[in-house]
Amino acid sequence: MKHTISVLVENEFGVLSRISGLFSGRGFNIESLSVAPAMDPELSRMTIVTTGDDRILEQINKQLNKLISTIKVLDFTSEDFLQRELAMIKVATAPEDRAEALRIADIFRAKVIDVTPKTYTIEITGVPAKIDGILELLRPMGLKEVVRSGPVAIGRGAKGVNP
Amino acid sequence: MSLTGSQILLESLKLEGVDTVFGYPGGAVINIYDDLYESSIEHVLTRHEQAAIHAADGYSRCTGKVGVAIATSGPGATNTVTGIATAYMDSIPMVIITGQVPTQLIGNDAFQEADMCGITRPCTKHNFLVKNVADLAKTIKEAFYIARTGRPGPVLIDLPKDVQVAITDFNYPDQVNLRGYKPTYSGNPRQIEKAAEMLLQAKRPVLYVGGGVNLAAADDELLKLAEQTKIPVTTTLMAMSAFPQRHPLALGMLGMHGTFYANMAVTECDLLIAVGSRFDDRVTGRIDSFAEKAKIIHVDIDPTSIRKNVEVDLPIVGDLKDVLGKMHGYLNQRVGLVEDMVESTEEWRATIDEWKERHPMTYRQTKSVIKPQYVIEKISELTEENAIITTEVGQHQMWTAQFFSFRHPKSFVTSGGLGTMGFGLPSALGAQMAYPDRQVIDISGDGSFQMNSQELATLVQYKLPVKIAILNNNYLGMVRQWQQMFFEKRYSQTVMELPIDFVKLAEAYGATGLQTSKVEEVEDVIKKALETPGPVLMNFNVSREENVLPMVPAGKAINEMVLAS
Ligand SMILES: Cc1ncc(C[n+]2csc(CCOP(=O)(O)OP(=O)(O)O)c2C)c(N)n1
Ligand SMILES: [Mg+2]
Repeated sequence: MKHTISVLVENEFGVLSRISGLFSGRGFNIESLSVAPAMDPELSRMTIVTTGDDRILEQINKQLNKLISTIKVLDFTSEDFLQRELAMIKVATAPEDRAEALRIADIFRAKVIDVTPKTYTIEITGVPAKIDGILELLRPMGLKEVVRSGPVAIGRGAKGVNP
Repeated sequence: MSLTGSQILLESLKLEGVDTVFGYPGGAVINIYDDLYESSIEHVLTRHEQAAIHAADGYSRCTGKVGVAIATSGPGATNTVTGIATAYMDSIPMVIITGQVPTQLIGNDAFQEADMCGITRPCTKHNFLVKNVADLAKTIKEAFYIARTGRPGPVLIDLPKDVQVAITDFNYPDQVNLRGYKPTYSGNPRQIEKAAEMLLQAKRPVLYVGGGVNLAAADDELLKLAEQTKIPVTTTLMAMSAFPQRHPLALGMLGMHGTFYANMAVTECDLLIAVGSRFDDRVTGRIDSFAEKAKIIHVDIDPTSIRKNVEVDLPIVGDLKDVLGKMHGYLNQRVGLVEDMVESTEEWRATIDEWKERHPMTYRQTKSVIKPQYVIEKISELTEENAIITTEVGQHQMWTAQFFSFRHPKSFVTSGGLGTMGFGLPSALGAQMAYPDRQVIDISGDGSFQMNSQELATLVQYKLPVKIAILNNNYLGMVRQWQQMFFEKRYSQTVMELPIDFVKLAEAYGATGLQTSKVEEVEDVIKKALETPGPVLMNFNVSREENVLPMVPAGKAINEMVLAS
């Protein structure tokens, strides 16, 4: 099962390799990983999407917590949470496809952020499934390049991860 | 007070109570060595950086203090890695200082540069690269704190050369504040009560004790709890000296080379109380049949140990001294119930006694050739178990665990998790530095001995009276045993074709060498070695193809043992 985990870590030298080394050294999966400074500039917040059964997830949580640089770990899976991913999609647009591409972007509330005679570059945010959805529709036109940020997550309601 | 980085290092070590360090100099630590030149800290010059780490490790294992070692950058630092991994696997508190190239050269493939923080990340509890001298004192404080608290482990500090000479105001912090590191010491009282209740209900309980008991210095609490409840105690390799092995409740070691009765007891028990042990594969054998009939209570300071390998009915995270002490206290207020429990487990202990009688730990004595087990029994007897015993890795290590009747806490120093050949001699050196007046003996194999034999020089130079007993079978015996049992006796690369004259080797270093191939001389050789001042190497030419038994073949359940005939 897929799990989205938020990890608050010291924003210091080598911390990313401590986390990624933990996953590779113990044979845990990383499906996606995004990192950026947290509210407190001395901390970074990572969002990790991983898979595994309950036992593996329990180990992942415990092992992450065990790292000296880790301040807090939150597995969102059993919580009510919001998830967003950003993607930029460069799609080939033959003349007969250009109107259709715009229509699709519109339906998904995506934006065209760059235009050339033969391509559109489309920006979209949403849950990962939504991005999968637009890619599915654009694919027949010819995807030239796709970058996805990997999801970031935040809990619903008043509770937060930040200390 | 304005000090250089290297002065700050030494002052901080003193404030941490360090009086002995082990190490080896080089360009990237030359400033530290310059300050050591007239420091009150004693520095022991080993002949290899790996040995310096093992020595600091041995020092720590028998004292409980943090072991400290120093090495230079590049090759000096990479030589420490096996030692650090050895300490990491057995959770030994150490601080390792490595020199590093100047900060502005880091990443340039500079002369003798190695990315030590990168290399040791998976085998240290934590590591630091200090880029600014202003952070140094705080970093050292944190390193010692991290090394010795929670589940202990080695911590590396990589110290660039320019930081060693940079000057700053020295203030040693008296507190650490690590937001992300707050180990749990106090066991949850509700869980402890539940555990005690489970214990009172058990008909066939067993305590399964690991190295955590050494680390927590909880041997006393363990003994009290075991005697109060009369629960039999089986110990892992790491915990052989944490419980007196001649005690009627002692079952000896369990697992791959465990005793028949320990493995049977674990297989048949209805309650397994795991304390400071981690269900290692060498202990459990086939995991799904390990303690199959039992409810499991697991007490450990490290939450990741719990439910890593097996499902647990009752987890307790906490310090063993605290948890076992509280359990004992709780039961002390329920004397009547404890008496009932002791009575209703009478039958269980009788069953175990039958197992003990049916398959005791034995070997076949001969008159013509020395049995390695016999040498170990004799060492045990003649030292009255007052010695600190270290071992290398192989058959001799297993026989030591099986046949030496340990009775003092922290008196058995052996590489369990990593199984590092070459560990025994340097760790004996470290133990002897810690206890100049105690007898320290390295029980060694002919193969392992050659992995750090250069440390004979260190023993002689520092007048360390370590005794070495090589059980010489002219084989990499443990591997040979596997080849005999599972590879049709195809002894691929396990025959030590070149017999070494170990007596001459000892003499070349200025140590005493003794040897025998005769059963009737074994006692005399040991006595003579114990009486001779200074380091003595004893070479015992032993029965060459003796096997370590019982043995649980890989992949089998621990009650499926090959027994001594
Ligand atoms: C550094 C290292 N290399 C290889 C091994 C694999 N190994 C385990 S036991 C053993 C044989 C040890 O031979 P010896 O020291 O003579 O002890 P014996 O088994 O003969 O008592 C070997 C090669 C190891 N444990 N450590
Ligand atoms: Mg051998």
